[in-house]
This record gives sequence, C-alpha cells and structure tokens, in this order.
Amino acid sequence: MLRVLYFASLREALGTADESLPVPDAATVAALIEMLRNRGGAWAESLASGKRWRVAVNQNMVTLDAPLKAGDEVAIFPPVTGG
Amino acid sequence: MPTIRVQTEDFDVGAELATLRAGNAKIGAIASFVGLVRDVNDGSGVATLTLEHYPAMTEKALTGIVTEARTRWDIIDCSVVHRVGELQPTDQIVLVMVASSHRGDAFAACEFIMDFLKTQAPFWKKEQTPQGSRWVEARDSDHAAARRWQDEGKK
Repeated sequence: MLRVLYFASLREALGTADESLPVPDAATVAALIEMLRNRGGAWAESLASGKRWRVAVNQNMVTLDAPLKAGDEVAIFPPVTGG
Repeated sequence: MPTIRVQTEDFDVGAELATLRAGNAKIGAIASFVGLVRDVNDGSGVATLTLEHYPAMTEKALTGIVTEARTRWDIIDCSVVHRVGELQPTDQIVLVMVASSHRGDAFAACEFIMDFLKTQAPFWKKEQTPQGSRWVEARDSDHAAARRWQDEGKK
C-alpha cells in the first residue's frame, strides 16, 4: 500500500488529507495520478494535466516517471508559496 | 552545524545572530534576510496569513537547500527559521542568516537559500481578506529567481 497525502488548496478541493491506496500496476507516479483522475469530479479537475501541482515521494520532489513501491509516502500539493 | 527550525512562535533576530556568530573569530560577514507579512497582496487587504506545511518534508527540504548552498560558497554556518500557523501583518515569517569569512559568499548564499526556499520548501500561504480566504498562488517570478542560480557559485 501507499500512503497518499494532500496539502493546501488541493486538500480542500479533494476533501481528503490522507488515504491508503494500492500501488498501481505500472508502479509510477503517473499511474497513480491517472488512477486518481479516474475518480472523476474534483479529482479529474484538480489533477488535470494543465493544472499546477507537484508530487513528492518519501519527502523528495519527483517527476511523473518516478517509480513507486509499497510503503512509499506520496504527497500531492500545489506549487509551494512559503518564505 | 546549520540551525534549521520550523516553529509557530516568533524569533528574535538579534538572539539568532548572537548564537550564529558566538565565539567564532573566523566569521567576517553575516548576511541576513527577514520575510514579513504585508497588509496588502494582489490588490486586497490581508487581515491574517495562515501558513501550512508538510512537517515530514519541511526540514528535509530546507536541509537539502542549505547543503547545496554549502557546496557552492564558503559558508561557516547558517540559520534558517520559518514560522507556520496564523500570522498578522508586520509579523516575521522567515529568517535566513549566513555567516562567512567575506561578504560575497554570505550575500550570495543568503539569496540562493531564499530563492530555493520559495520554490522547493513545502509551505503554503492562505490569506484572509475582506473578500474571504484565498490560497496564495505561486509566482512565476519566484521560479525565474531560482532558475537563474543554475550554475552560479558552483565550485
């Protein structure tokens, strides 16, 4: 299983902060995002390819081709705005 | 050892500076940056700013940025303190302080750390305005600021 976290505006739009999900067959971040978009509604809209969001795996920012394995912590969030 | 802290409470710049330089006669320059909450952003009054972060990742990301700065410039020590939670206009948000032998390294590393903090560290700002609350959008100018460092200072 993966632990998937959502932050900031994405957490609010999706109404979820945290969930456990199976590792998708293709075992990449892109496959996970596709699985989430297939839920439709806010998921399809918020995670659309034109929208700006970022992904971290085990607390490191990654690109869509990054691999996933059971036990990984995946975080999906809007571009950061600290400082 | 760099000081890296995320906290809800305010910080005292003078006390942080005293700690950073304490007893180290090799330090010839300290550059510091303090980020503050403004009362206006994108044309609206801001009453309160709430900062959310990703606790498990924040210190790791900040440590990575500081480590990268240390590979590029001669840094004796540095401090990064970032607040989270609810802040008001005029409150301090972030402190970056870099100690070095000479000012060139201190200035450059301080700006580098801020530019990367703005684009890499997992903090998000939400503003309460008279029109309601809104999440602050990332600025393209911040990404341009981080990009210009590509090879700058690389040894």
